[in-house]
Amino acid sequence: MEVFWSAFVDSIKLLFGGDAALYEIIGLSLRVSGISLVLAMCIGVPLGYVIGSRRFPGRGLVVAIVNTGMGLPPVVVGLTVYMLLSRSGPIWDLYLTLMGQEMPRVLYTVPAMIVAQVIISSPLVTGVTLAAVASVPAELRLQARSLGASKLQEAILTVKEARRGIMAAVAAGFGGIISEVGAVNMVGGNIAGKTRVMTTAIQLETGQGNFGLALALGLILIGISFVIMNGFTRVQQSGGRYER
Amino acid sequence: MNASAHRCGGAPIITGEDIIVRYHRRTVVDVPRFQLCDGETHAILGPSGSGKSTLLRVLGLLERPTRGRITLDGRAVTAGDKGARMMMAAVFQNPYLFKGTVSENVAYGLRLRGVPKSERDDRVAAVLERVGLGGTQRQSALRLSGGEAQRVALARALVLEPRILLLDEPLSYLDPLIKRRLVQDFSRILSADGVTALYVTHDQDEAMVVADRVSIINDGAVIRTGGVDEVMTLPTSPWVADFIGMDAALSGTILESVEGIAEVLVGEERVFARTDLPPGTDVLVGIRPEDVMLFEAWAETPVSSARNQLLMRVESIEHMGSTDRVSLHSNGMRIASSISRAASRELDLTVGAEVRAFFKATSVWVQSAAGVPSGV
Repeated sequence: MEVFWSAFVDSIKLLFGGDAALYEIIGLSLRVSGISLVLAMCIGVPLGYVIGSRRFPGRGLVVAIVNTGMGLPPVVVGLTVYMLLSRSGPIWDLYLTLMGQEMPRVLYTVPAMIVAQVIISSPLVTGVTLAAVASVPAELRLQARSLGASKLQEAILTVKEARRGIMAAVAAGFGGIISEVGAVNMVGGNIAGKTRVMTTAIQLETGQGNFGLALALGLILIGISFVIMNGFTRVQQSGGRYER
Repeated sequence: MNASAHRCGGAPIITGEDIIVRYHRRTVVDVPRFQLCDGETHAILGPSGSGKSTLLRVLGLLERPTRGRITLDGRAVTAGDKGARMMMAAVFQNPYLFKGTVSENVAYGLRLRGVPKSERDDRVAAVLERVGLGGTQRQSALRLSGGEAQRVALARALVLEPRILLLDEPLSYLDPLIKRRLVQDFSRILSADGVTALYVTHDQDEAMVVADRVSIINDGAVIRTGGVDEVMTLPTSPWVADFIGMDAALSGTILESVEGIAEVLVGEERVFARTDLPPGTDVLVGIRPEDVMLFEAWAETPVSSARNQLLMRVESIEHMGSTDRVSLHSNGMRIASSISRAASRELDLTVGAEVRAFFKATSVWVQSAAGVPSGV
């Protein structure tokens, strides 16, 4: 128990200790996961709307694929992105053929980490959005259409109606990447000052036997997650007096 | 509203031609021609699963038919025609109000049309007043009672001042008390100048209150269209008769006619009816059971303006809730009377007994038998 208490004290000390390296790691974590989340929402919310609101042949299969994607192992995503982006990978060859010059290195950079995290979080956002949109009755969209709504206006109304569920989708997407270590480690490489994020830092400290420091970093990560998720929940609950 | 109202009173606004809708190779709507006329409330009346809501969605450009043409003011239109859709607004069985205030709900269509805020507020306030919900703008739309919610749904459509109002079973989820009040309000609003409405319902009483014309639909086919009194009084086929709870229309011949009152031979019975048709015309004759009063056979003839007073025999008595339905016959003529349970008890009716049936000449609906399809 002693070790947890001292880790807790250490985490507070670290957080307010003015350690520039630590702040940089926290900042990068938030930046990578934040940008990835925004991109995942751009993909997942429209995709979830279309799958959730339309009836088409093979829809069941598409839903099953999305649900499988929600459980995608980050390590496998990391491995795949690694292989695609590596010097012997297909994208490298394609770039060379098209541009006539070598592609700048993407592996072990922040963009590579973002690519991996977008792949991990997009199915999460899509899957939860899909369920939220499907729970909005089709008649409500018919009603909107009958009052003169275009397809886009109909979609905007549906997303507003499903707002709580879509906030849950965003929270699920964020939760899936802020705590993820397998993929960012593999494609980012945990380079200090460049691609080191909270999770890879914890992994590193653990590997070096600095359990106390690793645990303190872990507590900081959980604390940050709590603050952000709490914000999502507030947004989600706002306007509650108009809820069903 | 008259017996010849089966044709458009005003110009046709919407015309549907050769409309066919198939779901999974099952034909749910097959209507060669349907017209909605300017200023009328046209009820589409039919049992559950008859295709009436589908027909409304097709005519209202909310669903594309498998085949068929729809014209609006003489111009061919489709569900993709936003300008045409903007001329209509719908109210459905379930109000499906959006999250937000009453005001936000009612203003939804106005926002889509880019109406400025100040004008929106004025129009919302006015329409809420009109549906009996004045001052409720800031209430949550999702905490209203069923009746209030349906009023908001009506306001949401009315505020757009649509050319055509589409109403799909708007009252069928409501309890009887609220329904009675709302059907009166709907009737008042729909009969106002300039409102043209398509009103889908399975409830013939509702149709009789709100509609000018009625189309009866079954198995996707319109089997009877006409003025509401004519359709609801003169069932031209056994199915329609059964559906609206009447006997099939009687066949008769006009014997003579004086000042618009004709003597019609039905079976071997003579009946007075108000009609302009000339003597010799073969006609269909119908009388609503509510218009037939019964008295004891031996009673002195009461003072009454009823031209028709027939001694008839009771064939059957059916309990219908608050009323009894008495089937009567005499000399080859068969009619029904709907009387209160108290009156039924007082008359102490038994099958086979004789009673005196009274009904006015104006209660007898007559239509030329020529050109009326039979046996549907």
